[in-house]
Amino acid sequence: MANTKLSAPGGNPSDVERIKRESNFLRGTLAASMLEPLSAGISDDDNRLMKFHGSYLQDDRDLRNEGQEQKLEPANQFMLRVRMPGGVAQPGQWLVMDELARKYGNGTLKLTTRQTFQMHGILKWNMKKTIQSIHQSLLDTIAACGGVNRDVMCNPNPYQSDIHAEVYEWSKRLSNDLLPRTRAYHELWLDEEMVASTPEQDVYEPMYGPLYLPRKFKIGIAVPPSNDIDVFSQDLGFIAIVENGKLAGFNIAIGGGMGMSHGDKETYPQLAKVIGYCKPEQIYDVAEKIITIQRDYGNRSQRKNARFKYTVDRLGLENVKAELESRLGWTLEAAKPYHFNDNGDRYGWVQGVGDKWHFTMFVQGGRIADYDGFELMTGLREIAKVHTGDFRLTANQNLIIADVTPQKKEEITELLGRYGLIDVQQYSGLRRSSMACVALPTCGLAMAEAERYLPVLIDKIEGILDENGLRNEEITIRMTGCPNGCARHALSEIGFIGKAPGKYNMYLGAAFDGSRLSKMYRENIGEEEILRELGILLTRYAKERNSGEHFGDFVIRAGVIAATTDGTNFHD
Amino acid sequence: MQLQATNSPFSQEQADLLNQLLPALNDAQKIWLSGYLAAAASAQASAPAAVPSATSPAAAPASKEVTILYGSQSGNGHGISKKAAKMLEEKGFHVTLSSMSDFKTNQLKKVEQLLVVVSTHGEGEPPDNAISFHEFLHSKRAPRLEGVKYSVLSLGDSSYEQYCQTGKEFDARLEALGATRFHDRVDCDVDFEEPTKAWLEGVLARLTEAQGGGGSAAAPVTAPAVAGPVAPSAPAVESAYSRTNPFEAEVLANINLNGRGSNKETRHLELSLEGSGLVYKPGDALGIYPHNDPELVDLLLAETKWDPQAEVVINKQGDKRPLREALIEYLEVTVLTKALLEKLAPLATNPDLAQLTAAGNEAAVKAYVKGRDLLDFVRDYGPLQGTAQDAVSHLRKIPVRLYSIASSQTANPDEVHLTIGAVRYDAFGRARKGVCSTQTAERLEVGDKIAVYVQPNNHFKLPEDPNTPIIMVGPGTGIAPFRSFMQEREETGAQGPSWLFFGDQHFTTDFLYQTEWQRWIKDGVLTRMDVAFSRDTDEKVYVQHRMRQHSKELYEWLDKGAVFYVCGDMKNMAKDVHQTLAEIISAEGGKSLEEAEAYLAEMKKSHRYQRDVY
Repeated sequence: MANTKLSAPGGNPSDVERIKRESNFLRGTLAASMLEPLSAGISDDDNRLMKFHGSYLQDDRDLRNEGQEQKLEPANQFMLRVRMPGGVAQPGQWLVMDELARKYGNGTLKLTTRQTFQMHGILKWNMKKTIQSIHQSLLDTIAACGGVNRDVMCNPNPYQSDIHAEVYEWSKRLSNDLLPRTRAYHELWLDEEMVASTPEQDVYEPMYGPLYLPRKFKIGIAVPPSNDIDVFSQDLGFIAIVENGKLAGFNIAIGGGMGMSHGDKETYPQLAKVIGYCKPEQIYDVAEKIITIQRDYGNRSQRKNARFKYTVDRLGLENVKAELESRLGWTLEAAKPYHFNDNGDRYGWVQGVGDKWHFTMFVQGGRIADYDGFELMTGLREIAKVHTGDFRLTANQNLIIADVTPQKKEEITELLGRYGLIDVQQYSGLRRSSMACVALPTCGLAMAEAERYLPVLIDKIEGILDENGLRNEEITIRMTGCPNGCARHALSEIGFIGKAPGKYNMYLGAAFDGSRLSKMYRENIGEEEILRELGILLTRYAKERNSGEHFGDFVIRAGVIAATTDGTNFHD
Repeated sequence: MQLQATNSPFSQEQADLLNQLLPALNDAQKIWLSGYLAAAASAQASAPAAVPSATSPAAAPASKEVTILYGSQSGNGHGISKKAAKMLEEKGFHVTLSSMSDFKTNQLKKVEQLLVVVSTHGEGEPPDNAISFHEFLHSKRAPRLEGVKYSVLSLGDSSYEQYCQTGKEFDARLEALGATRFHDRVDCDVDFEEPTKAWLEGVLARLTEAQGGGGSAAAPVTAPAVAGPVAPSAPAVESAYSRTNPFEAEVLANINLNGRGSNKETRHLELSLEGSGLVYKPGDALGIYPHNDPELVDLLLAETKWDPQAEVVINKQGDKRPLREALIEYLEVTVLTKALLEKLAPLATNPDLAQLTAAGNEAAVKAYVKGRDLLDFVRDYGPLQGTAQDAVSHLRKIPVRLYSIASSQTANPDEVHLTIGAVRYDAFGRARKGVCSTQTAERLEVGDKIAVYVQPNNHFKLPEDPNTPIIMVGPGTGIAPFRSFMQEREETGAQGPSWLFFGDQHFTTDFLYQTEWQRWIKDGVLTRMDVAFSRDTDEKVYVQHRMRQHSKELYEWLDKGAVFYVCGDMKNMAKDVHQTLAEIISAEGGKSLEEAEAYLAEMKKSHRYQRDVY
């Protein structure tokens, strides 16, 4: 099947490739590791495999130094991520997550930038119970992390519920059909009997093979005019084309991704590029063939160059398209026109088709918790108890209480009011358009704060906004604790990447609709300098902007920063 | 004491020579000499005793054989017994020194002069190495002891209801068996030095009288026959520091071992022994002279309106200190006892006290004193009449606190480490604090000094054979001696398998010395470890549950000669562990529970079941 013109990069396979190869289809020594009683941790090798099961080991970095002095091991705990295509959760599922987070987790839920639940702080001996409860709620954590196709994103579209229902079905189908086939998950967590004889590998993992993918692989489906899921940040993006109120098909975009490494210009964020169009029923075929191209030609030697975007850039977009068509056995249609307005969320009540109502609420940093005087978690639990529709997690870490009947609307509005969940109006446009990854204390990769710090920084920027009459202006601002970019900082009008405690690289110039990457404006600066720079820029913006001009466009027109026209010139 | 022909077996000429020589000898020389003479004597065991012929038979009528039996938990009883043996040997007596558990009971009838030194534990129970002897003596198998003369020294703590109970029982039982009490029993409180000294002097005087005085009996001096005298211990250079002359040790580190969010606070204390000459072995304890909490003392002073600066007498020697200092550094204020209440009663003005102490109200008094302290008493029944001195004269010296040592001196030549759990709780409307543990937790900083001495514990020792397997059960601060064991075995390269059971409340915050155990497991110094965290699961899991889970292997280890150690809480843990152990031996060894108990008794006897419980 392999194309003779194309080839994978040489070099010795990375250690992760060895771990996968020796793992017997993602089992490794996890069963024994999880029972070992003297440590709450597991070995590095097993932790690599753990990702494929939707989890990995972290430690509370706030406690690292003192714990070491106390002769305690790092405060080991697991992060567990749910696979929940399109971010749709039934009220019963919400209640299960809520309970598990409080019983086994750290008492909070994180709504991720990829529309799912993440729990932190789960101890090793509670993992099995937690995963089993999730399974009983008809969700799972399979392939929520690791070198496989991840949870599939999908616009939660509260305006066109019928379109949403259809697109959502496709996202579910993609997510389910692209799952690994190994029974390791069921054996390890759900007590399924181990299969006596190992079947032939092609039967076992017909698509992935025993080595799975070189890196993670992300798919998302956008429904214009909303680009909330940042379709260009995906390895494989689909843009729904609606004709005459009906889903006609999808434009196909390939080779996007946010991650990079500090100081390495061979790594960069990249936008997916539209290569054609397919019909809805062809979507699985397209995805499968794209994945096998990455499986065969992705870089298995250098992990930081292993994402599909580098494969596409190395092989050439046209060559990848040709290879895809060759593997499909048919030719892609030409892409259809589409238009995006923004990549954010619209808040408050809206009426969808039929008589159903949808309420989109802002969740700061995506963190569901009870705070002093603000019982967000309790309020949502009370709503989940009476809600008859569903919950939709947005790609901006927000929440939609969807499909509310007119009869229920009053009751839910009352609960929203009682728990203070309706007061989004008090937030500035900047805060409502903010996003932050988890970072400290649990993320092992974070170099600086993100979720815990961005709200504080916004408090201070709001002073500048108020002085310039920009309080209600929607400007996207995203902060991420490391260059891997979980908060998609490179698609934000104001972006920050952590460099060191209290120090960030500052990025400007991304498009409001997620169609243009940003560029670094200042390197390694602290709060004082951030505020000084933004003070100057926002003041100029208030005075000099054209009507309807977004901040990201303004800084380019004003010559503050050059436009990044492609990931390959992100560092120029 | 000056030797004379009348009070010794020597002629006056010999006595004069000895009187010249003896005061010039240092301790090491005395020990050497006594060993030399003993060895010379036993070498001639079959020959007639080389007793100076000048000795008049009439001047030495009674036997010179003295048997000292001790029952000791913390090692104090053992220490006193050794001291008594040394003193008696210096006076020419032949001493057989043995722990009660090591003593062959069929020899009891042959004993002529018996000294019993025994402590009391918990609710009036004998210490571990006295249990079997205590049982034997109170059983029908106990022989009549008409020929035995005896005296008892009992050690205890008057804050317990059953004060010195075991000593009292031995005293009464020996009398009931027909033995003659040649010197009255002395009961010692935690501050035992002075009464012990008085008892020893009294015993020596009576024994010496029997030797020389009156010439009533005419028994000839017999040569040492069966039991050999105590061999002189290796004449190591002894430290100048001791219980009576504690060493001021500098704090090198003081760490809370419990992570954030724990219900507990366990301090890891590292002290410098540099220059002290103090020597300890794994299993030994360290005695600390603690200070009272100044805040508590200030509350007491505020309540009593006593002048903090007033000079008060703090001991029998008449030393004086300002009152506040005396209450912080010398006198016990945190324990109210029935005895103290009775002594203070005449000073109390509150008429309710008369009601409490009225005849027939013993149970109420007992209930009242339990868990209360001097401040409670003053608040409830004060003000007190008279001067501060009138009241504080009745206070005991602050008792020493003993902690099992958590380090090996082989691994840390100039240091000693302790594992101290901070005791804090609320009672009777006030926060209460353990004296020494919260001093360590709250008021002892790196660079500070604290008075310490080494308290040997010969009943909690690693097996001599480094290849012997060991099983260690040490939940909570009971882990301390096992850290010492592991350091020692690592340092000496001992190859014997080892198995540790540890437990506490929560894995994440209370796994004491976690990274050290992980390393010892990885390096193979520790063979296996099982842990029980009682509050991490719905059902509470303790060390005994882990033992039961592995009962088959555990019994195999025992069967192969493993030594079983338990350290920690006596009331619940050690009892449950013992019960579980008996059940495991019964189930896995196909024995009845009685046989299992006998198996354990035999293990105790052969020092394969050792406990350091408190």
